Amino acid sequence: MPDRIIKDGAVVDDSWQVIRELEGDLPAGKIIVPAQHWLENKDALQARGDVAVWLASDQSPKLLGDDIKSFELIAVDFPAFADGRGFSYGRELRERGFSGELRAIGGFMRDQLAYLTRCGFNSFALENADLDKAVASLKDFSVHYQVSIDNPQPIFRARQG
Amino acid sequence: MYIYDQFDRQIINERVAQFRDQTERYLAGEITDEQFLPLRLQNGLYIQRLAPMLRICIPYGTLNATQLRKLAEISRKYDKGYAHFSTRQNIQLNWPKLEEVPDILADLATVEMHANQTSGNCIRNFTADQFSGVAQDEVEDARPWCEILRQWSTFHPEFAFLPRKFKIAICGSKRDRAAVAFHDIGLEIIKDAQGETAFKVFVGGGLGRTPVIGSLIHDSLPKEHVISYLDAILRVYNQLGRRDNKYKARIKILVKAMGAEAFKQKVEEEWQAIKDGPMTLTQDAIDHAFSFFQPPAYEQVDAAGAQSALDDKRLAEPRFAAWLSHNVVAHKQPGYAAVNVSLKETGVAPGDITAEQMEAVADLAEEFGFGELRSTHEQNLVLPDVRKSDLFALWQKLDALRLASPVIGTLNDMICCPGGDYCALANAKSIPVAEAIQRRFDDLDYLYDLGEIELNISGCMNACGHHHIGHIGILGVDKKGQEFYQVSLGGSQSNDAAIGKILGPSFAQDEVPEVISKLLETYVANRTEEERFLDTYRRIGIEPFKERVYA
Ligand code: SF4
Repeated sequence: MPDRIIKDGAVVDDSWQVIRELEGDLPAGKIIVPAQHWLENKDALQARGDVAVWLASDQSPKLLGDDIKSFELIAVDFPAFADGRGFSYGRELRERGFSGELRAIGGFMRDQLAYLTRCGFNSFALENADLDKAVASLKDFSVHYQVSIDNPQPIFRARQG
Repeated sequence: MYIYDQFDRQIINERVAQFRDQTERYLAGEITDEQFLPLRLQNGLYIQRLAPMLRICIPYGTLNATQLRKLAEISRKYDKGYAHFSTRQNIQLNWPKLEEVPDILADLATVEMHANQTSGNCIRNFTADQFSGVAQDEVEDARPWCEILRQWSTFHPEFAFLPRKFKIAICGSKRDRAAVAFHDIGLEIIKDAQGETAFKVFVGGGLGRTPVIGSLIHDSLPKEHVISYLDAILRVYNQLGRRDNKYKARIKILVKAMGAEAFKQKVEEEWQAIKDGPMTLTQDAIDHAFSFFQPPAYEQVDAAGAQSALDDKRLAEPRFAAWLSHNVVAHKQPGYAAVNVSLKETGVAPGDITAEQMEAVADLAEEFGFGELRSTHEQNLVLPDVRKSDLFALWQKLDALRLASPVIGTLNDMICCPGGDYCALANAKSIPVAEAIQRRFDDLDYLYDLGEIELNISGCMNACGHHHIGHIGILGVDKKGQEFYQVSLGGSQSNDAAIGKILGPSFAQDEVPEVISKLLETYVANRTEEERFLDTYRRIGIEPFKERVYA
């Protein structure tokens, strides 16, 4: 877990810890646990506090039901940058009313930041990259043809406006 | 045709800048090969057997003279002075340098062209009937719909990393010239009971390793919902399509596995959430798109007079007569015709065109029309609006350019992928096979007597040459390291869509012309007066052909 991430367009320090292997006790501090673990241990985790969840690439946000609104942060894992399911999950989480921090984790790459942003992600635990340079890729495009989370009006409506 | 406004221009310029930066970072070692792969593919750049290949988009096969001249210039400046039209109406450069590709894209952008999403696991260029807007059997022009959907699909943030490539075709005529049943999504424009434009939606068709005819999942989609409905289909596919095996990743496999009905249900669920939202097309938006595709300023001509002058010329010049019968297509507008510019001259790779020819054809498009052209999936060009009274003059010029081979729709108008001469994936060469067949059947009278035959050649299972849907299909296969060819019969890409059946064991390259000859003899011996090759095959089945070939 990098201790610096890109969030809301800037490089910032970060204290969330992604829990990928569930062995032994959970560490202290802010943790991001697997969605399945959340579903199975909801009460205990709620009592503990400082808990977020992450969705694996084969886990639709539907799995979390209405719980999504209770999280401060939800992460979506990209096992490889070519696995584009997370783009749909991000968009769906936002459409279903999640307004907290939506974080991409795992193997995505810098050159996906612009599209991820458009799908509703606002924080990026980008690995193996120079974050200070990578923020530039958030702004690859300033005009968009189609509806997306950051662009509620498609261009054909803008043209008429 | 469509003309960019400030939004389109800004988007395309930002794209060029993005790829320039990506290429620089790649060359500086800041992006790995693996990461660069989807980035370059989505900008049209392949790394081929001999050199990179750049596939430039011709949106739904429409281009203008200025663009064609620019392509000629680019092919000279950055390549070897020629280019190749693909079976998806795009144009390919075979020898560009990787580090120069950003410059090529910048040059293309000056004439409102690009190479966006011509490759990679994203939504590809939309294909349409090359006679859209001029066809006599048209229900509605497909081009405005292609443009509306081009904008929807261009840099769609959610669908740039799909399980696999995604191809969409739209057909606006009664006769399907866009092969809608063989695309990931096929849209057929219809008029509903109220006379309103609607779409039949086919999903999960395709060629490649597992050829499948698409399933109809909506029989009358109201036009204003076309974007949200396609978005819903892609949402389902992006989440549920297989990603563990690239040979099972196309949407056709998902539709088959779920069943078309269950797939449709899933799409409906996704669709309900977005159906009446901002993706709903407004009448203004539709009108705006159509405003770019209004009929040009046709002259009122003396159609009967033009026709009788043409008939006189026809009698006087038999070569012109042959061209007129085969390469010229009827037009909506009285006194006009659409003309196929044949890229099937024997001895030239099907679909190839030189820079000089491009410039000459660009001039012809202005002299004999309104400066517009079309590219076809049969790898030819079309001049869509030629006055009948100009046909003879046009023919003379095309003939001098070696672009008037009067073989459209015949055996020698074959579709042929680049194959082993260029393509890294090939099992076998395809261009020499095409040429050997063209040389063998160089007697025009025999070709004409054989009538309409679609012969399609692919160098491997990826089926870029659409071999499954040729009346006769030829597929390059690898047999213990040797190049062999499998022959199939009975495919069709039209309204009577069908996938060809394999004839039997494959053949060596030098046997292929003889095999084709025997197939044709079998047809001639069995046909009734009205029957095309395909009709005879359907009536008598594959056995008589088999017996003759393997006797
Ligand atoms: S069919 Fe195969 S050989 Fe031919 S162009 Fe496609 S991938 Fe290459």
